[in-house]
Amino acid sequence: MNGKAFLALLARDAHVARRNLIPLLFQTFLEPLLFVFIFGRVMVGSGYLPATYKSLLLPGIMAISMVFTGIWAVAMPLIGEFQFTREIEDRLLAPIDISWVAVEKVVAGLIQALVAGLVVIPMAWIILRPGLELRLQNPALFICITLLVAGFSACGGLALGCSVDQQHIGLMFSMVLTPMIFFGCTYYPWSALSNFPILQKFVLINPLAYASEGLRATLVPQFPDLSLPLILAALTLFDILLLVVGLRQFHKKAVS
Amino acid sequence: MDSAIRTRDLRKVYNAQPPAAAGRSDSQDQSRRKKESKPQIIALDGIDLDVAPGQIFGLLGPNGAGKSTTVGILTTRVRPTSGTAWIGPHDVWRDQTAAKRLIGVVAQRPNLDFSLTAREILLFHGAYFGLNSQERAERAWVLLERFKLTDRADQLVRGFSGGMMQRVSLARAMMHDPQVLFLDEPGAGLDPQTRLLLWEIIRDYNQKGRTVLLTTHNMEEADALCQQLAIIDHGKIIAAGSPRELKASIPGGFLLRLRFAERPDSLIDGLGKLSGVTEVRPSGDTGVDVYAGRGGSLIPEVVNTAAGCGVELSDVHISEPSLENLFLHHTGRSLRE
Repeated sequence: MNGKAFLALLARDAHVARRNLIPLLFQTFLEPLLFVFIFGRVMVGSGYLPATYKSLLLPGIMAISMVFTGIWAVAMPLIGEFQFTREIEDRLLAPIDISWVAVEKVVAGLIQALVAGLVVIPMAWIILRPGLELRLQNPALFICITLLVAGFSACGGLALGCSVDQQHIGLMFSMVLTPMIFFGCTYYPWSALSNFPILQKFVLINPLAYASEGLRATLVPQFPDLSLPLILAALTLFDILLLVVGLRQFHKKAVS
Repeated sequence: MDSAIRTRDLRKVYNAQPPAAAGRSDSQDQSRRKKESKPQIIALDGIDLDVAPGQIFGLLGPNGAGKSTTVGILTTRVRPTSGTAWIGPHDVWRDQTAAKRLIGVVAQRPNLDFSLTAREILLFHGAYFGLNSQERAERAWVLLERFKLTDRADQLVRGFSGGMMQRVSLARAMMHDPQVLFLDEPGAGLDPQTRLLLWEIIRDYNQKGRTVLLTTHNMEEADALCQQLAIIDHGKIIAAGSPRELKASIPGGFLLRLRFAERPDSLIDGLGKLSGVTEVRPSGDTGVDVYAGRGGSLIPEVVNTAAGCGVELSDVHISEPSLENLFLHHTGRSLRE
């Protein structure tokens, strides 16, 4: 691997992200911010939801924010750059194996997803306190899960970005991302589905369910959650699977 | 000396639907096509190229002849179905990274990074190729100046005209000073002034000992720039040599495209017997292509011969020895068709 070229590709993405900082901030944080405000503050404050919901909601919002950002940051530029303008061509011609060009996109997306996830915590804390009860008992485990979640969202972005055409972006959101978010144990814990046994099994095919439950297990362990070994195994598996599929699709798009 | 570019028996077959207008199709044909879900299109059919270092080499041919596919394979963008392609000592498809270090590429369609300014495009390109920041800044400055882009250097390229984008593309390809420069239809869609600037820059780059391979369907461009040419059609090389050699290989040199009211056999025989005529070919329904060592001076004799056969000459077009005539001679079609 050519480290200099890899860093230069990363520097290019950082430069473009810096240039688009303001729209990027709105795109990343507006939705989770509004969600936290309405569900955590307004609904709890008006008595429709219990006060404990604040703590339950935060890891779910963090998962959504990370997954949405990771997928968006990798998939959207790729969809555009592989279309008619072939903007990515110059990077494919850089003296580095083209798999690394794809990996660089994943790393850039992973960093953005991490930032998006970690910024939700202080943001939510400001909106939701008092009453927000975070108990970070094992920081190493939290970092590990956060990295795995950011990884699967960026790898998912690679797989989707290299499989979806520009005219199907809307479909990608309504057919893939929206069901993923609603069936991803984001607004409710997995244990809350015990009255819906079929649904409870069904959501286990959704990587976001493990992301929400993993963050819940490390940030608010006072609530029951999926077993940690299962969460870690599933997230690792999704990371590897989506990376392999993403790289295969990337090669198909890059070389005719 | 080793070749700068070498290919051996290069073939590329695409699995794709045939174009809707391709050929005549009866119902039997259609049912067969339905069974074959992915008909094959042969884009390259055994291309052998040898380009010596320091040459400007042209691939001349009509649209769809296989020029861009050849460039695509040599620049790691298109995987060959069979055959080998080498850049200097590197097999392009075994050692892609090493091959990519030696090449600069200007694609047929502008593929600039729309998120960046012209200067940033050059700077990041230099960074991909490991140039340090001082080298990058200096080379970018020199190239922007050379390509007359300094006044727009710090604007996003999204709003640039086609000609400006083409200049940025060429500047980018030269940024890491590659041994071999590939230009796919560099003059297409450019105004004459910009085209002349590009030609001058390409010649200067070549004078530094660099190899240039360009594709074109423009005879003037091929004639003006290239030291060696290969004429390509339907994925095959039909003639190769220097422009002078190629033009000298046209029988007679001049081509007279004649059209008559009708075309009896006696007319073809009569025209073939005129002095200086080397070849006579029927063309279309009532046309005749005459290859001859002279042009206009032959016309009175053509008129007399036609009158002797009882037919009238209705149209004459005389062209001097050119690559266009050479292509026509080999394929029976014009490059522009």
